[in-house]
Amino acid sequence: MVRHYLDFERPLLELEREIEDLKRFSKGKQLHLNEQLKNLEDKYRRLQKEIFSNLTRWQITQMARHIDRPKASHYIQWMFENFVELHGDRVYGDDPAIVGGLSKLNGRSVILVAHQRGVDAKEMAQRNAGMPHPEGYRKALRLMRMGETFRKPVVTMIDTPGAFPGVGAEERGQAEAIARNLKMMILLRTPILAIVIGEGGSGGALAIGVGDRILMLEYSIYSVISPEGCAAILWKDGRKKEVAAESLKLTAADLFRLGVIDEVVKEPLGGAHRDPQGMAVSLKQVVERHLRELESKDIEELLALRYEKFRRMGAFVEDGSG
Amino acid sequence: MSWFKKGEEEKEKKERREELQLSDHLWIKCNSCNEIIYRKVIERNFEVCPKCNYHFQIPARRRMDYVVDPGTFVEYDADLLPVDPLEFKDLKRYPHRVKESQEATGQKEAVICGEAKVEGQPAMIGIFEFNFMGGSLGSVAGEKITRLIERAIEKRMGVIIFCASGGARMQEGILSLMQMAKTSAALAKLHEARLPYISVLTDPTTGGVSASIGMLGDVIIAEPRAMIGFAGPRVIKETIRAELPEGFQRAEYLLQHGMIDLIVERKDLRHTLASLLEMLRTDDGKN
Repeated sequence: MVRHYLDFERPLLELEREIEDLKRFSKGKQLHLNEQLKNLEDKYRRLQKEIFSNLTRWQITQMARHIDRPKASHYIQWMFENFVELHGDRVYGDDPAIVGGLSKLNGRSVILVAHQRGVDAKEMAQRNAGMPHPEGYRKALRLMRMGETFRKPVVTMIDTPGAFPGVGAEERGQAEAIARNLKMMILLRTPILAIVIGEGGSGGALAIGVGDRILMLEYSIYSVISPEGCAAILWKDGRKKEVAAESLKLTAADLFRLGVIDEVVKEPLGGAHRDPQGMAVSLKQVVERHLRELESKDIEELLALRYEKFRRMGAFVEDGSG
Repeated sequence: MSWFKKGEEEKEKKERREELQLSDHLWIKCNSCNEIIYRKVIERNFEVCPKCNYHFQIPARRRMDYVVDPGTFVEYDADLLPVDPLEFKDLKRYPHRVKESQEATGQKEAVICGEAKVEGQPAMIGIFEFNFMGGSLGSVAGEKITRLIERAIEKRMGVIIFCASGGARMQEGILSLMQMAKTSAALAKLHEARLPYISVLTDPTTGGVSASIGMLGDVIIAEPRAMIGFAGPRVIKETIRAELPEGFQRAEYLLQHGMIDLIVERKDLRHTLASLLEMLRTDDGKN
């Protein structure tokens, strides 16, 4: 059940309460309130449609970070079978901010790698809110290489505010761990499918995001810097996060337009958290379609296409007079 | 002497120093030890403080002069210019910020790329200009570096990149982030071609540049005391709410933690680079 409403959803919350009151009132009584209930429910749907067809980029950012939004663990449970979690980077430790392991999708084995930010305050604390340390990225690379060795496709799920900014993370080579993943994922001789399911926070997201296909859920974001961080630096005022979010063009629709991602995966009305199971079912179909396409390609062709995909990214002009 | 008088004296001393600094730009104050030094002495010393060995940040062109054999540099892709794909506007418009940087540095973008010789060793060389929007990795810098690396593969040469950057270029949003993947992809190809890549981390190398080309060197060199890291020290301090260790994120600290191969003083860089290039050559022209 949905527990939290965002500020722009307030009108919906009021209607929902009215509907619930009416239901409670009519329960067990021989009252003919069905007509009234139906009217309210229609009104709710119309309002919901209206609100969600006009979201600002900051509102979408709020959706992407919503506490009730399905996390990687939800999709692992509802899209994949027989998940066997594998731990550790074999060098320093096991980072709970990134989970990984073997699993099955429609009968085939896959390597799963995902940021896991936690579904409640307790899990968020335990998983550092999905902000990985270097050992998380090194575990991810270890598992992806296992996929290469045993010819299993890799599916990654991205949902992180970013790589953790801490003393230990720096000492153990946060920059090196991210950089190495970028380089090695380009060379990895197995299909890679990356899905942004919530927040794609900068280098910490990209470090498991170099894929043959990159998908984004409709209300997820992917950005070079958080709107708050951008506002603090460029506006010298963290409160300008709304306008920073507008400037950064960080929504799934924006990234599709900019040619960075391959597909926007539609969410249920009101967001994935309104129908988590429905979301998992439709995402599973999309993932299956992409994996099938990738699996049908010769590996050399796949690697050449992967290189070209990132090679093309960017916007500039070449001024012949120079 | 009373504390009051001492304060006065210090103030006078400071004023004298400031006057000196203003006099005809003949004098320069070291950012690290505050010593006032004759500018020519610094220039003769590769822009390194003779008192405390502080390595001043230097423009890309000057670094070129310090490293490559005279007259051997051939610049590539100097005509690549940034566009404004997001129509980004903060307090200023993005094209306006670009123009300001172009006027301040005389450069068209944040990286200079070309082919040159270092003590006779041919190499593809890229140098970041920190004064151009903080040496940020936008689409132009990403494309120039990628082309540099692809040319190195074509001509079978090693690559040297001097990093000096705050990271990604926010004004290009996600496209800037993707330059990390793009340049790292090109370095992956270089790796497969068995050609050496030497990254030289200068003050400062942080954010997306350290987390891509910076940390991907087959050999990673840093200049003394260069600030090197992924997250900035201010962000880390705010996050962990504690003091940072002494020397944190400086070249010497990274060396101690096993994150870089060696620290080389500016005056020795040319020779070190040349000998590394020579020793890493595969020569046979085959993979």
